[in-house]
Amino acid sequence: MLGNERHAREAPAVDLSIIRQFSAEIPFQKAIGTRIDLLERGRCRLSLPWKEELVGNPITGVVHGGVITTLLDSASGMSVFSIIPKVMQIATLDLRIDYLRPAAPRRDICAEAECYRLSRSVAFVRGRAFQDSGEEIASSLATFMLESSAL
Amino acid sequence: MARLQDARAARNVQAIVDRVPFLSFLNVTARVDREGSVTCTLPFQEKIIGNPTLPAIHGGVIGGLLESVALLQLIWSMNTNVVPRTINTSMDFLRSGQARETYARGRITRQGRRVANVRVEAWQDDPVRPIAAAHGHFLVG
Repeated sequence: MLGNERHAREAPAVDLSIIRQFSAEIPFQKAIGTRIDLLERGRCRLSLPWKEELVGNPITGVVHGGVITTLLDSASGMSVFSIIPKVMQIATLDLRIDYLRPAAPRRDICAEAECYRLSRSVAFVRGRAFQDSGEEIASSLATFMLESSAL
Repeated sequence: MARLQDARAARNVQAIVDRVPFLSFLNVTARVDREGSVTCTLPFQEKIIGNPTLPAIHGGVIGGLLESVALLQLIWSMNTNVVPRTINTSMDFLRSGQARETYARGRITRQGRRVANVRVEAWQDDPVRPIAAAHGHFLVG
């Protein structure tokens, strides 16, 4: 994270409170109930309490892959917002997720993402999802295009 | 899951969708055509928005739809009572998902004894202009 520490001191960036506010207004994040546990330059951690309506496998009670996809995509996007020089649109180019083990039912899920390289037009992000036991349930790699158009 | 067999016998893929809480939450519906290809439909709803400025559907919702249609296609084609497990997915987001109905369909590109490879696409107005594409590996045995 050395690059990000240097970034935090020197580079212009978006006020983190603005990013928190943006995130709080995203309808789908509100609908499933994600919370921001950590937000700093280039890093974001979200958590989501288990809910019946998020279940993908009714026999095991394990949450749907789309829920983990949502958490990782959101945490990844926010890690990018937190490190770009000004408010702008970003678009997920691709997202690759490895499902390492099934999520335990009825437990919160956390997703943590780190933007480890920001070029002029592309952001590279790695992420992981885990539960309170600390065991990773998924890992991800994502790239985002930075758009020049201001919001 | 004996009901998977019942649903197949009745040619009713919606019966499987109805048992999945997250798909009910998203109001996803599914149908099977004469060739046995599953198509899922995701109606537009305020709650699935991920970017209120555009507005655009959340990438996680589109990702969930892509993964679901892959799993449903496998359940439908494989004649199994075991729900396949997703090993990994790789998604390309091609266009923003706009405030209208989204469809998704997949194709099993390789069916092994233990692993199946599936390719899926999601589109809105025109199937030849997909908004997202994915491929995934699924543990089936």
